[in-house]
Amino acid sequence: MLRLTDVHKSFVEPDGTPLPILDIPHFEVSAAEQMVLVGRSGCGKTTLLHVIAGISRPDRGRVEINGCDIVSLPEAGRDRFRADNLGYVFQTFNLLPGFSALENVLLGMTFARGRADRDRAASLLNRVGLGHRLSHKPAMLSVGEQQRVAVARALANRPKLLLADEPTANVDSRNQQQIVDLIRQTCAEEKVALVLVTHTPEVAAQFSRVERLEEFNQAVAAA
Amino acid sequence: MSLWKIAWRSIEQRALASCLTGVSMALGVALVVTVLVIHSVVDRFFRQSSQGYDMIVGATKGGRLQLVLNTVYHLSQPVENLPYTLYKEFLKDGDHPGKYASLVDVAVPVCLGDSYEQFRVVGTTPAMFEVWEPYQKYEFADGRNFKQENFFEGVIGSVVASTSGLKVGDTFQPSHGIEAEGGHKHDAFKVVGILKPTGTPNDRALFINMEGFYLLRGHAKEEEQGEGHGHDAEGKEHEEHGDEHHEHHDEAMHDEASHDDHAGEHEEHADKHEEHAGEHSHEDEHESDHQHAGHDEAEHEHDAQHEHDAEHEHSEHAEADHDHDAHDHSASHEHEHEHGHAHTPLPESQREVTAILVRSSATNLMASMTLRRMINKGNEAQAVLPGAEIAVLLDMIVGNLRLLLLALSVLIVIVAGIGIMVSIYNSMSDRRRDIAVMRSLGARRSTVLSIILLESILLSLGGGAAGWLLGHGLIAAASPWVMAHTGFAMSGWQFSIWEAALLPSLLVLASLVGYLPALAAYRTDVAKALSAAP
Repeated sequence: MLRLTDVHKSFVEPDGTPLPILDIPHFEVSAAEQMVLVGRSGCGKTTLLHVIAGISRPDRGRVEINGCDIVSLPEAGRDRFRADNLGYVFQTFNLLPGFSALENVLLGMTFARGRADRDRAASLLNRVGLGHRLSHKPAMLSVGEQQRVAVARALANRPKLLLADEPTANVDSRNQQQIVDLIRQTCAEEKVALVLVTHTPEVAAQFSRVERLEEFNQAVAAA
Repeated sequence: MSLWKIAWRSIEQRALASCLTGVSMALGVALVVTVLVIHSVVDRFFRQSSQGYDMIVGATKGGRLQLVLNTVYHLSQPVENLPYTLYKEFLKDGDHPGKYASLVDVAVPVCLGDSYEQFRVVGTTPAMFEVWEPYQKYEFADGRNFKQENFFEGVIGSVVASTSGLKVGDTFQPSHGIEAEGGHKHDAFKVVGILKPTGTPNDRALFINMEGFYLLRGHAKEEEQGEGHGHDAEGKEHEEHGDEHHEHHDEAMHDEASHDDHAGEHEEHADKHEEHAGEHSHEDEHESDHQHAGHDEAEHEHDAQHEHDAEHEHSEHAEADHDHDAHDHSASHEHEHEHGHAHTPLPESQREVTAILVRSSATNLMASMTLRRMINKGNEAQAVLPGAEIAVLLDMIVGNLRLLLLALSVLIVIVAGIGIMVSIYNSMSDRRRDIAVMRSLGARRSTVLSIILLESILLSLGGGAAGWLLGHGLIAAASPWVMAHTGFAMSGWQFSIWEAALLPSLLVLASLVGYLPALAAYRTDVAKALSAAP
């Protein structure tokens, strides 16, 4: 479902020397598989998610999602592909403050198909337990509720793959488990593959497949 | 969710900044709208109100524009007068047609110089309201036109009626001079009709029978001024009683009154008439003779000039011109008594007109040009084309003034546009993350660029629409005041054709000022913005 082949990504340091971040010969995730990615700070976890999402373009290599190499797509094509096939949950939720919970979910649909399915957005929010808070702005919601809105938004377009970048880092331990359960449950129901990045051992322990990025990212190994 | 709504949400989010930039845009656009509409009102006012006549004949002293402003628009300082004989040259009827008669379809005299409250009083003939169709039609909201034979009747314009409260049957006393204060009060005229609104300057004027006007104190030509005064009061009385029995009684009373009038008059004109003091109260015949003696002395250059002109006319139209002459006055007095009229028209030798409104012959294409050449050849009168004079006024002065005001107000709109740009641009640093989130949700670069452009367009057009309403609202609010003070009829529903250019202009401006922040949105580095601390 997701296959990375020989992916290289470097940043350029202020003095002009290239700084390799990613050097991944092979990485693969099956359809509807749920896996955890762990690794120390600065080992390139977020960069890897950006490359998979098409937000950042690797210097070379192939990133195939459902057989489509997104590296070869032009930027606008990657944007559209991302809207249609990927969900993204951030550590800091990244809800748009001016929009209500429902509108935040609808926003993702707008960019994918240009048409928002209000019923699906409402039922998603219902499923994450926020059916009664549709018109609340993010500032009026607790952090746990905000992250649940973000999960609903990430699933709005029926993605094939959900990328979650430390989704529980900013919530308390009680909410942490609820968020993880919610993500895993909805991904299972919608048959969405999940790549979840976490620093929390209790969260990682719940997954059958746990990968350490340092182990397959040769850029880090070289450093 | 549409991009419009997304743009609107971010405007909402920065409510204060959005309001302020929107208001500044509204003020700028309101100013543009006001300038445009007022100019179109002024333009229309000046261009339409000379309809009916194509030429104005007036005295050579004073500018052509001043003549037009005076006669057509009831504005500016009064001009000098023309001898009545010149007016007679435009008349077809009578014993012989005047030398200009064949070249004109219509000629209506006007006598200016009096006022009532802040409005001008125009002495004219009933033809003023009857002969201008189809170019200008006058109808009466109440009453009727004044009658030639009723010397002290008048009709008033709609604005005069609504402002002064004069109704049909009321009387009013014109004051000599233009300002309400300063001039002395004349005898009363009776309002017999109120004109329907015409949208012309005539809504703001009072029109009185020229015959009555002549009989007012100070309106006869100066060297023969003694003549009219007895009849002045007489005419008024007649107007009120209309009965011979009363007349004779009144006449007797007024003979005494006229002595006082003369005394007053002499003080005013002491410089010229010192040597004749006290003689004016003599019998008509005697006085008439005396006046001739005065002329022979040729002491008064101006008077002498008129006399000379009159004689010149006589030599051209040798016979049947006696009734134009001063010493025919006693004859006309007899005429009056024969027919039972209580008032005597002022002898033509003592008459003057301020201007003649002329419509040149429609059948003779050269009439207008020929007429103008004939009149302008002499230095007694000038013929001007009000349309041309007004075109000069509008194009050279008003037009340039409008251009200046328009340039200033457009500048204000541009400054308001720059305000919108600065406001959105400043917000970009706070919104970089929001934009990155939208991109991560699948929005393209062009989509976020559009959202920012739409935001600028919403602010500009929203402010512009508010300003458009504000501009028209201001005009509507100011219109009663403007109408009362200048005669320009404006309403909030008057539009200038140039207002149609506002929408596309604002769109272009909004796109230009929105482009810089939109470009910043377009260039947002998504990975970097997402990684930055919130």
